[in-house]
Amino acid sequence: MRRPLLILGAALSLTALAAALLSLIWTPYDITQMAIAQKLRPPSPAHWAGTDHFGRDIASMLMAGARTSLAVALVAVGIGMGVGVPLGLAAAARRGSWIDELIMRGNDLIFAFPSLVIAILITAVFGPSALNAIIAIGIFNIPVFARVSRAGALSLWTLDYIRAARVAGKSRTRISAEHILPNIANLLIVQGTIQFSLGILAEAGLSYVGLGAQPPTASWGRMLAEAQTFVTLAPHVALFPGLAIVATVLGLNLLGDGLRDALDPRLRGRVA
Amino acid sequence: MARYFLKRLAALSLSLIVASLVIFALIEVTPGDPASFMLGLNAAPETVAALREQMGLERPLPLRYLGWVVGMLGGDFGQSYTYKIPVADLVAARLTVSLPLALLALALAVIVAVPVGLIAAARRGRATDAAIMAGTQVGIAVPNFWFAMLLVLLLAVKWRLFPAGGFPGWSDPLAALRALTLPAIALALPQAAILARVLRSALIETLGQDYIRTARAKGLSRAQALTRHALRNALIPVLTILGMQFSFLLAGAIIIENVFYIPGLGRLIFQAISQRDLIVVESVVMILVFAVILVTFLTDLAYALVDPRLRRRA
Repeated sequence: MRRPLLILGAALSLTALAAALLSLIWTPYDITQMAIAQKLRPPSPAHWAGTDHFGRDIASMLMAGARTSLAVALVAVGIGMGVGVPLGLAAAARRGSWIDELIMRGNDLIFAFPSLVIAILITAVFGPSALNAIIAIGIFNIPVFARVSRAGALSLWTLDYIRAARVAGKSRTRISAEHILPNIANLLIVQGTIQFSLGILAEAGLSYVGLGAQPPTASWGRMLAEAQTFVTLAPHVALFPGLAIVATVLGLNLLGDGLRDALDPRLRGRVA
Repeated sequence: MARYFLKRLAALSLSLIVASLVIFALIEVTPGDPASFMLGLNAAPETVAALREQMGLERPLPLRYLGWVVGMLGGDFGQSYTYKIPVADLVAARLTVSLPLALLALALAVIVAVPVGLIAAARRGRATDAAIMAGTQVGIAVPNFWFAMLLVLLLAVKWRLFPAGGFPGWSDPLAALRALTLPAIALALPQAAILARVLRSALIETLGQDYIRTARAKGLSRAQALTRHALRNALIPVLTILGMQFSFLLAGAIIIENVFYIPGLGRLIFQAISQRDLIVVESVVMILVFAVILVTFLTDLAYALVDPRLRRRA
């Protein structure tokens, strides 16, 4: 194997994805069913990650939690890309114009905000929910993608074949869509993976403090918050959700790094 | 330099104006009537009317906004509805906990990251480097509140080295520091991991420069060239990252304070949210945003001081 870290990253990410998808049709136990007699059991063959304080199967809850985490982070990345990339492309197409200035200064502004503080503010006013968590995380993905796509597009605009397309009469918008976008797709995929992993951490943090997905939706962050009361009695209730977060975030980061190296031959052999 | 300074200052002021507008719009406009929002559904109409009066909600929006901003500029952040004391006093008291915590975490992160980054760069491509890089990858992936729980479980509950939570106040500085140790470690972990990685790549970048080859040629050992010449130049990007990390440190502190029941700004925000004390939420968020924007501004300036090329580009 030439790229062990890339493969490890892909494997970890795919495991999380598979668990999330599988939970849509099957989990080992029903996570809405409480069984108080079975509460806080350590890992066993029947419950390989043990049970929580309501006697629910932790492995099943982890699977359902993967669904929440991945969905929130994925949609947040979608918002960031959907809004950020067109803005970045527009800024690059009119480099130095007032449009460029406006978009880039707006970006700086959003960057200047402490994202979690604003996420807390949004959820405080609109109430805690997975949707508000998505919006809060998604807004802060916008400037990231705008910057990446602008930087990538700027270098392409100086190339001869882009100029030729311009001379041939293609509009800046068409050039951006037909020539620039496909060429910065690699950059966007790599950045998308990184924002995806950051989104999972952010979602975990928000639901840990009670501002993310609400019961009965399972979420890794809230499992940890609930585990805190019982952690001295049954450490496993806090161990597994944390490990799930670490494994997924680590997997996505390795995947992002690996893809960046694999897609950009100039970086080969260099480790950031 | 003066021109660069003025440009950054203008950007700073603009950021603050927009930030205050956004926060004001979110808190005072979106919930409809802030007074009814704060008091809940079952409040008596007289109570709501009284609070409306106290908050000055009868005034038109632009006047309310200006009143809020002018008040803040003069140090008046309004009166907390639940605590019945000025928000400024509340924040000042909480800052004596949050600020030392953030600084302690920052110091810890730097103390760990600099040697680790140096070693990784010096041993680039070897097993030590690979192990350090793997460690930092994990450090970045660990949610700090979970790490905090593990620390409590091990160092507080099992070995009883540190308190599991709470804060005794600064009257006994040693006890206070002990109470802040675990939260600071939890906060510092991801920061240290990121810093070590940045320092390592910055060092590797500078190690390829001609002046390092010259230094080696005139007889300096690898370690000497690394610490005397490369480290100083590599510190520039590290400084920038440190400034940017401040915002994450702040956000992390909000969550970590809740893990350890530490009465800092983070706990204050959550208490204010659950008590629907919008006046406190609004002002504390504004103060946090101000702190982050100010730190970014100062980092930009420090950066320009160190690197003259940046001044011209501005």
